[in-house]
This record gives sequence, C-alpha cells and structure tokens, in this order.
Amino acid sequence: MAAHWKVGYSPRSNGTADLMWALLWKDLLLELRTKETLASLFLLGTLLLLVLSFAFDPTHPMREQSAPGVLWVAIIFSGTSAINRSLLRERENDCFSALLLAPIDRGTIFLAKTLVNFLLLLVAEAFLIPLFIFFFNLPFAHTLGRLCLVAPPTTLGFAAIGTLFSAISLRTRAREIMLPILMLPLASPLFLAAVETTGVLMEGGSLSQVSHWFKLTLAFDLTFLVVGWLTFEYAVSE
Amino acid sequence: MTANTPKTTPITDLLAPAAVILSMLTALYMVFIAVPNDAFQGPVQRIFYVHLAMWLPTFAAFGIVGVTSLLFLWKKDRKWDHIATGSAELGLLFCTLGLATGCIWAKPIWGTWWTWDPRLTLTLILWMIYAAYLLLRNLATDPNQGAVMAAILGVSGVVDLYLVNRAVYWWRGIHPAVVVTKEGDSGLTDPMMRITLMVCLLAFFLLFVWLLRLRIRTAYLEDQVDDLRNRVLVTGV
Repeated sequence: MAAHWKVGYSPRSNGTADLMWALLWKDLLLELRTKETLASLFLLGTLLLLVLSFAFDPTHPMREQSAPGVLWVAIIFSGTSAINRSLLRERENDCFSALLLAPIDRGTIFLAKTLVNFLLLLVAEAFLIPLFIFFFNLPFAHTLGRLCLVAPPTTLGFAAIGTLFSAISLRTRAREIMLPILMLPLASPLFLAAVETTGVLMEGGSLSQVSHWFKLTLAFDLTFLVVGWLTFEYAVSE
Repeated sequence: MTANTPKTTPITDLLAPAAVILSMLTALYMVFIAVPNDAFQGPVQRIFYVHLAMWLPTFAAFGIVGVTSLLFLWKKDRKWDHIATGSAELGLLFCTLGLATGCIWAKPIWGTWWTWDPRLTLTLILWMIYAAYLLLRNLATDPNQGAVMAAILGVSGVVDLYLVNRAVYWWRGIHPAVVVTKEGDSGLTDPMMRITLMVCLLAFFLLFVWLLRLRIRTAYLEDQVDDLRNRVLVTGV
C-alpha cells in the first residue's frame, strides 16, 4: 500500500494543491482497487436507460425528442447514488473524523471530493453515452461529439452541488432519500440546461443557439463551487 | 442554547390580532360584496384577490429565510435560526395556498388546473426547495446541526433563485406556450377592484407578520423547555 501511496503523493510539501492531490489520489486509488462506485454507476445507469426506454418507445419516430431526457435522467439518478456513496464511504470506520482532524482547510476537502466525483461521473458517462447512442440508434460520431461539449460542464456543477448536499444528507436519518430531495430542486436549472442543449445540438442546431444555456451552466458551476467551498466547513463541523 | 423569550407587551399582543381580524373582515366584505363582478370572468375572478395576496407573504418569507440563514451562519445566534424556521414554515404555507387558489382559478378560466407556465414552474420549484428545508430540519440527527445545515440550504436557495428563474423562462420560451393569457391582463379597471386588492394584500401581510411573531415566540419557548428538560436529566432536580 505504501508503494502506491508514494506514487501519487509526496509528504514533503503541504501546499493546497498538494493536499488536494493527496485527497484526490486517495479516493482514486480506493476506487481503482474496489471499482465499487464505477460498477454501480454503470449498472444503475444502464438499468435506468432500459427502464426509461420502456416508458418512451425507442422505436417511435419521435424518439429523438425524448432521448436527451432519458440520458440525463439516467445520469442524474445513477450519479446521485454514486455521489452519496463517496462521503458515506468515509463514514465507515470513522474515516471522516480522521479527514476532519487532518490540518486541511475544509474548503480544500470539498474541492477534492468534488473533483473525484466529477472524474468518476465522467468515466461512467464515457461508458453510458455510447450505450445510449447504441440503444437509441443515433448517429454515433455526431451525437458523441455534441455530448462531449455538454457533459463536462454539466457534470462539474452536478458534482459540486452533489458533494455539498451529500455532506449535509449524511447527518440526517433518511440519508439516501435526502440527497435527491435537497439537491434536485436546486439543480433544476443545470438539468434543464443539459436537456435543452443536448436536444438542440442533437437535432443539428448550432452552438450559438445554445450559448445562453452554456452560460447558465457555467454560472451554476461557479456558484456552487464557491457556495460549497465557503459553506462546506459548516456542513461537516461536529 | 438558552435564550430569553422576546419581550411582549399586552398592547402589542392585542393590537396585532385585532389588526389582522379587522383587515380580514374588511377583505371578506370587499371580495364578496363591495367589488363588482369581472366583465369577462364573472364571479370566479373574485378568488384572484386572495390568490395574488398570497405571494407578498410568500416572497417576503423566503427572502427573510435567505437573509437570516446567512446571519445565523455568520453570527451563530439562535435568534436568526428561529426567524428563519418560522419564515420558512409560513412561506411554505402561503405558497401552498397560492398554488391551490391559482389552480382553482385556472380551471374555469384557462380550462386546465396546471400549465408549465414559467411562473408556475418557478413557484413549484420554490415550494420544493422550502419543503426540503423543513424536512431537513425534522430529519437531522442533531437539532443544532440541523439548524446549520438548513441555513446552508436557505442561503443556497436564494443564491440559486436567479438561475432557476432564467432557466424556466428560457425553457418555456422555446416551446409554444399553452396559454398566453396572463393574470395581469384580466385588467383591474374598476377602482374598487384595485382597492380590494390592496386591502387583501394588507390583510394577508398582517396575518403573516402576526403568525411569524407567534411562531418565533413558540421557538423560544421550545428552547426553554429543552433547556429545562436537559437540566432535569443532568441534575435530577
């Protein structure tokens, strides 16, 4: 284990970037070894794509209109449970207390956790999106290229708001249910932007047609990165 | 945790409910008797005065939640938390009544209980944010932590409001609107209609202020009961 630790982190320096890298590396290493989050994200996402295909007939000529909604609902719900796991895992064996005892700014912990969730969600999306194109019989290169523009900024905002509210829902009695209840109404502009942008771009619309949605997504990302960074300390304080 | 109950005087204790009852009776008289029927909508339009009057307390309450949540996170004074909780509960109550009266009005006028009009969508999202706020307080494992976490949600809710507003307006802007009639277009041409609306706005706002006062005082009393209970448990006296 020590050998793996040294690969990513040198304890000689303790600047914010190094501490963030240490936290990031710890979570990525854990995920590389267990593959728990990625496996459940991928399986749950696939299952949701399947169930939603039952609701919106994928062979119907109108399928392209329901396709963006199906994709994003699958990503949102599988992603919510994965984000919930990321902090819940820290609670097992009291790792979260150790994390809070470490001489690290809580805002840094938030940014590192957000980055881990962002990366894991992106990896899961890299598997889910081709599957979605396959199921819905969409033009591969065109759809993939368009989704590569929409997915990263949306996923960043999703990871930021999800990480903040998973820290909050961790301290409630119904923690699995509380995260979507707390997060989804607040994240509604992000998901509206994602579905609308995906729909317009998939139908062959230009980037300038959806530039206002992109700006909204970036404003959302920035807002919740700052709100999370400033308030995470209150959310995790004992 | 210990906090003194806000000072009250018999005069304000009597004055607030008296003002509410008086303005409510006046509003009832105006809505049902004094104001004339709307030329196009008929008697159904009378619910509009009550419906519109719900939004002033709703938005005042949600605004107060945002400001007092920020003050609570900053100053750590329970006073701000009590005001935030009371405001969120009352805001949700008035928001629910506003949505319900709106649906009752929309059915005969628009021909449908619900449309995905931007204002309706925005209000429903707001309702969900503050319903989650109250649920969070109830489900928190520790009430003190629950207050802090609810404050974070209260601040996030206000910060997010502009983005939600833009998103739902753009969302409905792309699709053809189901209903193009706007509430304002019903046209309150008769001066009595405008006076009735003002009286209703005042009556429901006074009701909100009075209920908020009562709710804040109840919160202080709950704190005192908790303190006494803890003291009895610790000392056995």
